[in-house]
Amino acid sequence: MQELFQQLANGIAWGSIYALIALGYTMVYGILRLINFAHGDIYMVGAFAAYYLALWTGAGGANASPFAALLVLLGAMLICAILGMAIEFFAYRPVRRSSRITALITAIGVSLLLENVGLRVFGADPKFFPQLIAPRRIELPGGVLVTNHQITVVVVSILLMIGLTLFVQRTRTGKAMRAVSFNRDAASLMGIPVNRIITITFAIGSALAAAAGVLVGLTNPKIEPLMGIMPGIKAFVAAVLGGIGSVPGAVIGGLLMGVSEYLVVGYVSSTYRDGIAFVILILVLLIKPAGLLGRNVAEKV
Amino acid sequence: MSQRKFSLWRRVLWTAGALLAAWALDRIAAKAVNPYIYRILVLCGLNAILALSLNLVNGITGQFSIGHAGFMAVGAYTSAAFTVYAVPKLFGVDAAEGGLGAAFPLLCAILLGGACSAVAGFLVGLPSMRLRGDYLAIVTLGFGEIIRVVILNVEAVGGARGFAGVPHRTNLAWVLGGVLGTFVVIRHLMRSYHGRAFLAIREDEIAAESLGVPTTRYKVMAFVIAAFFAGAAGALFAHYTYLHTNSFTFMKSIEVIVMVVLGGMGSLTGSLLGATILTALPEALRFASSDRLIIYSILLIILMIVRPQGILGRGELSLRGLTRLWRRPRPAGTP
Repeated sequence: MQELFQQLANGIAWGSIYALIALGYTMVYGILRLINFAHGDIYMVGAFAAYYLALWTGAGGANASPFAALLVLLGAMLICAILGMAIEFFAYRPVRRSSRITALITAIGVSLLLENVGLRVFGADPKFFPQLIAPRRIELPGGVLVTNHQITVVVVSILLMIGLTLFVQRTRTGKAMRAVSFNRDAASLMGIPVNRIITITFAIGSALAAAAGVLVGLTNPKIEPLMGIMPGIKAFVAAVLGGIGSVPGAVIGGLLMGVSEYLVVGYVSSTYRDGIAFVILILVLLIKPAGLLGRNVAEKV
Repeated sequence: MSQRKFSLWRRVLWTAGALLAAWALDRIAAKAVNPYIYRILVLCGLNAILALSLNLVNGITGQFSIGHAGFMAVGAYTSAAFTVYAVPKLFGVDAAEGGLGAAFPLLCAILLGGACSAVAGFLVGLPSMRLRGDYLAIVTLGFGEIIRVVILNVEAVGGARGFAGVPHRTNLAWVLGGVLGTFVVIRHLMRSYHGRAFLAIREDEIAAESLGVPTTRYKVMAFVIAAFFAGAAGALFAHYTYLHTNSFTFMKSIEVIVMVVLGGMGSLTGSLLGATILTALPEALRFASSDRLIIYSILLIILMIVRPQGILGRGELSLRGLTRLWRRPRPAGTP
C-alpha cells in the first residue's frame, strides 16, 4: 500500500510537468489548430535559460534560496515567452494561410532548428542543473517519502494553472482568446486583434513550458539539448487525451500520464514506461474519440 | 483478346527489362562509386519506398499518419527473424551462406515483412472508422511508439541490444526493384476505379460517402497497402545494415512525412524527388560539419514559407511536362 502511494506521489509530481507542457500545446492548438512541435524544445530552452541564469547570478549551490529560485524561474519564463513570440512571428505567421500540414512541417523545422542550435550552443554533453533549493526529504503520513523539490513542482504547477484559468476566464484578453479559439474569423470581425491574441497565446504557452523546464531541472538535474523530444510528444498525447483545446483536460491528461508511467515503472517494468502513455491514449480515444473533456463537434455538411 | 495478350507480354518484358536494368545499375554503381555514395543511393531508395507508400495515405487519401516508422519496424523485425530463425531450416544452410541461391529466401523475407506490416496496417486503419484528423494522426503515432517499445522488450530479436546476425544481402538492385514496384503499383492504383475513390475521400469525405464510396473500407485499404510497402522497405533495411529500434523512432516517421510534403502531397514523382533530396541534402551539407543540421532546418522552414505546396505540388514530373513545369505553376489547393 505504501509502495502504491509512493508511486502515486512520484507520478503526480512528474505528471504536473507534463500538464504544464500540455497546457501550451492545448492553447496553441485551440487557437491555431496547429500541433506546435517546437513546444517540447521550448521546454528544453527554458531549462537551459534557467541553468545559465543560475550560473550567471550565482544562485543555487551553497547560497540557495527560494527567492533566487523564483527569480530564475521568472527569468527563464520571460526568455521563453520572447522566444515563443519570435517563433510565431518569423515561422508560423507566414504559413498561417497555408494548409495545416505546411504549418506542421514548419513546426517540425523549428523544432529541429532549436534542437540543433541547442546542440551547437549548449553542447551535446548533459549539464548538471544547479540546486536552486537545498534538497530535503520529507516523510508524509503513511511512510511516503517525497523531496521538497517534488512538492515545489506540484505547488508551482498548481499556482500557474490557477493563474492561467483565472486569466483565461476572467480577463478581457482571456475572453478574446476564447473567442479566437471558437471562431477566428468571427472574432476578427468583432474587432478582436487576432494577431495580438495569437502572440499572447504563444507567449503564455512558452512561459509555461519554460516553467516546466525549470521544475524538471529541480527534480531531474541532468539537462541536455534533446531532452524536450520525448516529454514534448508525451505532453501532446496528454493534451489529446484530455481533449485538445481544453485547459482542464490538459491538466487531467498530464496527471493521468505521469501517474500511469510511474505505476508501470513500479509494478511492470521500466522498459514499458514509454509505451503505456500511448496504450492509454488509444483506449481512451476508442471510447471517447474527442478525448476525456473534449467537445464532440458535429460535422457540418 | 489479342490486345490483352500483347499488353501482358509487354508488361512481362518491361518488368524483366526493369529488373535487368536495376541489376546492371547496381553492378555499375558498385564499381563506379565509392561505398559511401553507394550507401547513400541505397538509403535514397529505401526512403523513396517509404515516402511513396506514405503518400498513398497522407497525400492521396488525405488521411494523416505519423507512425510510418512503426510499419517499417514491423517489416524489418519480422523479416529479420524469418531470415535468422526460419531460413536455415526451410532452405538449408547453403541459402544462409549467401550467393544467388539466397535471393529467393530474401524475397520471401521481404514479402513476409510486408505482409505482417500490412496486418498491422489493418489494425491501425480500423480506428479511422471513429477518429478523424489529428486524433487519427496521434493514434498512428502512438501505434508506432508501442511497436518500438514492444520490440525493445522481445529478447529473441535482441531487445535493446539490437538484432545482430542478420545477413546483409540487400543491394542497390533490390532497393531499386522495390522502388519500381512501389511506384508502379501505386500509380496503377491511382488511375484505377479504386484510386478515384481514394482521391474522392481526400477531396471531400462527406461528399464521397454520400455518393456511395465506402470511405472506411478505402481508408483501411490505404493503410494496409501503405503498410505493406513500408514493411517491405523495413525488410530491405533489416538486411542492409545494423538493426536497432533506434532506427524506427518517431523522428523517422517525421522524416518521411517531410519527404512527402516537400515533394508535393499526392505527387508520386514528388515523393521520389523529396526522398532523394532529403537523403542527399544532409550529406551534401557535410562540409558545414556541425552546422549542417541547422542549415537543413532553416532550409526546411524557408521552403515551407516560400513554396507551401511542396516542390511539385500535385503535379507529376514527366519528360513532357518538364518544360511546362515552371512556366505554369499551379496555385495551392487546386487539383
